[in-house]
Amino acid sequence: MNDPAVSGTSTGTGLTSAGRGLPDEPNVPEAGAKVPESPQPPAGNTTGTATFTQRGDKIFKAMAVGSGGFIVFLIGAIGLFLLIQALPPLLSNQVNFLTSREFQVSDPADLRFGILDLLLVTIEVSLFALVLAMPTALGIALFLTQYAPPRFARPLAYIVDLLAAVPSIVYGLWGLLVLAPAIAPLAVWLQSNLGFIFVFAEGTAKAEFGSTLFTAGIVLAVMILPIITAITREVFSQTPRTLIEGALALGATRLEVIRYAVFPFGKSGYISASMLGLGRALGETIALTIIVAAVAANFAGSLFSGGASFASKIALAANEFSNPTLTGAYIAAGLMLFVLTFAVNALARTIIARSGAQA
Amino acid sequence: MTATIDAPATGPTFMQVSGARKVKDRIATVLVYLSFAVAVIPLVWVVYTVLVRGLGATLSATWFTESLSGLLGRDPGGGAYHAILGTLLQGVVCAIISVPIGIMVGIYLVEYGGNSRLAKTTTFMVDILTGVPSIVAALFVYAVWIAIFGLPRSAFAVSLALVLLMVPVVVRTTEELLKIVPTDLREASYALGIPKWRTITKVVIPTALSGILTGVMLALARVMGETAPVLLLVAYAPFINTNIFEGNMASLPLMMYVERNNPTAAGTDRIWGAAVTLILIIALFNVLATVLSKYFAVKTK
Amino acid sequence: MAKRLDLKDVDIYYGKFHAVAGVTLSVPPRSITAFIGPSGCGKSTVLRTLNRMHEVIPGATVDGQVLLDGEDIYATSVDPVSVRRTIGMVFQRPNPFPTMSIRDNVVAGLKLMGVSDKKKLDELAERSLRGANLWNEVKDRLDKPGGGISGGQQQRLCIARAIAVQPDVLLMDEPCSALDPISTLAIEDLMSELKKEYTIVIVTHNMQQAARVSDQTGFFNLRATGEPGKLVEIDDTEKMFSKPSEKATEDYISGRFG
Repeated sequence: MNDPAVSGTSTGTGLTSAGRGLPDEPNVPEAGAKVPESPQPPAGNTTGTATFTQRGDKIFKAMAVGSGGFIVFLIGAIGLFLLIQALPPLLSNQVNFLTSREFQVSDPADLRFGILDLLLVTIEVSLFALVLAMPTALGIALFLTQYAPPRFARPLAYIVDLLAAVPSIVYGLWGLLVLAPAIAPLAVWLQSNLGFIFVFAEGTAKAEFGSTLFTAGIVLAVMILPIITAITREVFSQTPRTLIEGALALGATRLEVIRYAVFPFGKSGYISASMLGLGRALGETIALTIIVAAVAANFAGSLFSGGASFASKIALAANEFSNPTLTGAYIAAGLMLFVLTFAVNALARTIIARSGAQA
Repeated sequence: MTATIDAPATGPTFMQVSGARKVKDRIATVLVYLSFAVAVIPLVWVVYTVLVRGLGATLSATWFTESLSGLLGRDPGGGAYHAILGTLLQGVVCAIISVPIGIMVGIYLVEYGGNSRLAKTTTFMVDILTGVPSIVAALFVYAVWIAIFGLPRSAFAVSLALVLLMVPVVVRTTEELLKIVPTDLREASYALGIPKWRTITKVVIPTALSGILTGVMLALARVMGETAPVLLLVAYAPFINTNIFEGNMASLPLMMYVERNNPTAAGTDRIWGAAVTLILIIALFNVLATVLSKYFAVKTK
Repeated sequence: MAKRLDLKDVDIYYGKFHAVAGVTLSVPPRSITAFIGPSGCGKSTVLRTLNRMHEVIPGATVDGQVLLDGEDIYATSVDPVSVRRTIGMVFQRPNPFPTMSIRDNVVAGLKLMGVSDKKKLDELAERSLRGANLWNEVKDRLDKPGGGISGGQQQRLCIARAIAVQPDVLLMDEPCSALDPISTLAIEDLMSELKKEYTIVIVTHNMQQAARVSDQTGFFNLRATGEPGKLVEIDDTEKMFSKPSEKATEDYISGRFG
């Protein structure tokens, strides 16, 4: 840590000269320090000390406050710069940005891009992942806080956390090459037996090939599982002992303890954890890019479809980012994704803040 | 008192739990254990897949020492040295920028911010930043660095995008750990006439250092596995490049992504070999985190 | 270089809360002054204003004058940091820096201000540890962590640390309340020795302790919760414990309340 406060400021003795001899590392004895004859306290000489401490304090505080302000500025800058880049193509867009399903940007003179399909795909696959992950995460959190022997709870929780350490590209490859063939029979069965429900109806990709939102949703569920579990576990473990013992003393079974003490206490934490998981799913890029087949047809709501989410659409086009208008169209899509995740995360944080739990 | 009066009061010593309640409790127990199993299955499955498909490639003599420079797609041999180097380089540059910023923001929130409006806004924004998708972070850097400044794609641009992802994690970790440093220590330091900034840098931070380092290593492991930023912000190079400001540079995720277009057996080997290597590096950083935290932990003996 | 402390009409506030009202007293050099009184009466608060430690708590303010040998420590030109170097403090619970060795703990005050001459620091460490009656117990493990010794030793380590910066006044905030009787005795012995060189102000809950060690005793009280604490009276310890002028003091000392 360099210390500009002490360079060539003061005159005087005692502390001041000790302070001056502090260029880099005060712990090193041979730091070229001019050590006073005896380390006397400052006594009457307060001005030198004041300069040393007050300037040091001021600079350090300014750095800390500046860093805090920088973060606030950064979020604003992200929105602003995406908007600046997105505006020109948005203004020359030939179709409605929000309601069109087209995404034709190869001809800068005739831009036709809308995000409706991207939005629908993004939301459906994320919600599907959430539907799978929420109950599982709840079960795991309960297992770790209420069922597992306390001695094993920590290592077992670590195992779940490890799920978050696997890079998403590995999940993507595993999902496409290993998971998809393995669950193909289930996919085919769902389609032929529950096909009357629109999510399982015939879509734009073949169920048995597995390059579908169905596969992607399951992989996404695995990826958001550790996020939801970690926070839910945390909240559940904070259930006051007295609530649990109160229920036990009334003769409640373990399930009843959970239903009447643990779950009501941690419910809002669980919900906001799930929303954070949803935020993560909405923005997940590479796993979707790898798994889901690109198709030309419009998205009709079936999980057995190909297509692209906001994120995977951008990733797929990454190699073609050549001219500013074309790139701007994708940045516009990215901006929408930013707004979407911002809203979901902000909502989740508000719920957490209101419930007073720590995330 | 007659026996007839006492008799009705004598029920069974313990009231029976009704059958329905018992069954429900059993079912719940089974479901809860099952859900934990459901979490373990994909983890084991993924790790197993990666090891089985990729370990062979990494065991070759040249995997950790050579790049793919000069090799065709179908040529066996070569290695991932260039990609390992790129991943570490981008990660380290990212850490060099993120750690000071993150720690300073953490210090601001705990030691200076208090209940001020800026502190509350900062906390909120850090939370939001935690949720920013990596592709959006990459797009932002693209919009500023490449589209507006007109600078070329480079590894440094990747590091900048990773900074956006790493800073909130470092802030969070620092904040949590500074909060648990006892106020006693700060007061002891102030009472010796040590100024606040010295107190923070020499007393408070060292006490929390072990935990902060752990958090930093874990965050670093996380961002090094990111693919979206490398995809948008730097082009792949099959050779070694150590210039972070210019030229193409490989990284393990990018190598995996690019080699997907290589249908040969060599391509498959490279993909899974890179996957094993990436997971190995992440595991290494996790272990390193534990070791560092032990080493820097506050000792009492 | 013990100095005298004078308080003139000191009022202390936490935000809008009036914590202590109208304290006027004098602490002569080379003596021990004890503050006693029931919990929440503001005696620790007064102690913390004597070296501007209360400023660490946001919203805390002081009215009136605190004079160190006639110089107002709250004058605008005075840096609180330099006040704290001149007026040291020992806390209720021993709080050695856990990341530093015993030796580094003792010299922390100077080392963190930039003094780096190892020989000087070593000499100072020994002198201060001897001054705190701790040298013989720790001289063989000066490089061991400061948190690894017993509570009583830790508290004496904190005293060594406080006297290492050679303050004029030493403030002690219930320094023995977390210690066992034997450690307490060791600290009390130490205080009587330190008195030869320093002006000492101690807050204590233990009236026997005040009677044993102090030269003068101040009794603080408050009429009701929410009202500011006040200095009821201050006088020679002997007089305070034998025939105090105020009824409240007598009631408190004889154990009728508090």
